[in-house]
Amino acid sequence: MEHFIDIVLLGLLMITGFAIVRMRSLLAVAMLTSIYSLLSASLFMVLDAVDVALTEAAIGAGISTILMLATIALTTDREKAPRHTPLLPLVVVFTTGAALIYGTLDMPHYGDPDAPVHRRMAAAYLHDTPEEIGVPNVVTSVLASYRGYDTLGEVTVIFTAGIGVLALLGYRTRRRNIQSPAIKKLVVLRVIAKLFLPLILLFALYILFHGDYGPGGGFQAGVIFATGFILYALAFGLGNAQRLIPQRLLHVLAAAGVLIYAAVGIEGMLLGGKFLEYRVLADDPVTGQHLGIMLIELGVGITVAAVMLIIYFGFVSRQHSGDS
Amino acid sequence: MMELVLDLLSWVCLLAGAAFLLIGAIGVLRFPDFYTRLHAVSVCDTLGAGLVLVGLMLQGGLSLVTVKLLLMFCFMMFTGPTAVHALAEAALQGKLKPLVDDRES
Repeated sequence: MEHFIDIVLLGLLMITGFAIVRMRSLLAVAMLTSIYSLLSASLFMVLDAVDVALTEAAIGAGISTILMLATIALTTDREKAPRHTPLLPLVVVFTTGAALIYGTLDMPHYGDPDAPVHRRMAAAYLHDTPEEIGVPNVVTSVLASYRGYDTLGEVTVIFTAGIGVLALLGYRTRRRNIQSPAIKKLVVLRVIAKLFLPLILLFALYILFHGDYGPGGGFQAGVIFATGFILYALAFGLGNAQRLIPQRLLHVLAAAGVLIYAAVGIEGMLLGGKFLEYRVLADDPVTGQHLGIMLIELGVGITVAAVMLIIYFGFVSRQHSGDS
Repeated sequence: MMELVLDLLSWVCLLAGAAFLLIGAIGVLRFPDFYTRLHAVSVCDTLGAGLVLVGLMLQGGLSLVTVKLLLMFCFMMFTGPTAVHALAEAALQGKLKPLVDDRES
């Protein structure tokens, strides 16, 4: 049965992939990439990788679609016809693909229990997590504690992306609330948005602080948090949203998240441990691990939410100024 | 006995939900214009997804899973129709004319 679901999902993924390549309308492509992400999330779900599935659903199907649509609204929704014959790119793609497939031949087979990762790392993580860290969700313990350096790197990458968008696009604060009159008439949407906004933010907090026990964590929570504010901006106008969270506050928050993360690491050093060693944070090593993981997840969530909003506001505020 | 009834009931809900979703998908493909397609999607999606969730709730029994499914059910009852309403309204504002049968008038 599981094989059947796998085959159906992979087949649909392939169809979506080909459709994306064939489409010329970029709006349709944006929607198809969203579907592609949702299918991948289902596939991860079948593989029991709930954390990855949640991330893919929130980031791939959720916010990147919104950002892509914002980009399309800023540029154009038609793909330009290619000027060259596709022969050379085709050869390059096929050669690279063949080389990659040849490279996979050396890798251990899918699900091979003797693969190095299953023999050493995964076994050690699964074995040590209950006593060393005491969190039921091993993914969180690997991501936040054992592999804390990598996650710090990821947060820094996201922060850098936010700075890049700011440097390229800048931002404009709107004094007047600019909103298309069409959306003003959508009373139902505004009422429902108002009703659900607190629930969305509450859910984001749940995902953030429940990450130790179930699927979730800073990345997903940050994205969901940002989505709540984007919904507000869509329903009530960009000016109101920017009054709700001023652009300067977003800049501070984006940096603050990374700094919280790094500060937790340095605090560990000051208390006599190594960089990002959480067990020295409290008297009891397990409590220290809990505290450290919670703090860095908070930092990740703050940075991700702030950067997503910076990118969104960056795109949308330009789009309105182009009209007037 | 009770379990068998619940199991049967849940499968009836699941299959009926799947059937509604399928009908909705066929409607999207076959209906002639944007508004009628939206109509097919909104009605069948809300009902179909709702029935699937009810079926899963019956499978879950009295547990935390059922509570979460109930929350999802409430969420979908609100968001699905709202999204479709917003789409239709936006299309109308964007001057997309509905297809009307003008043979009688």
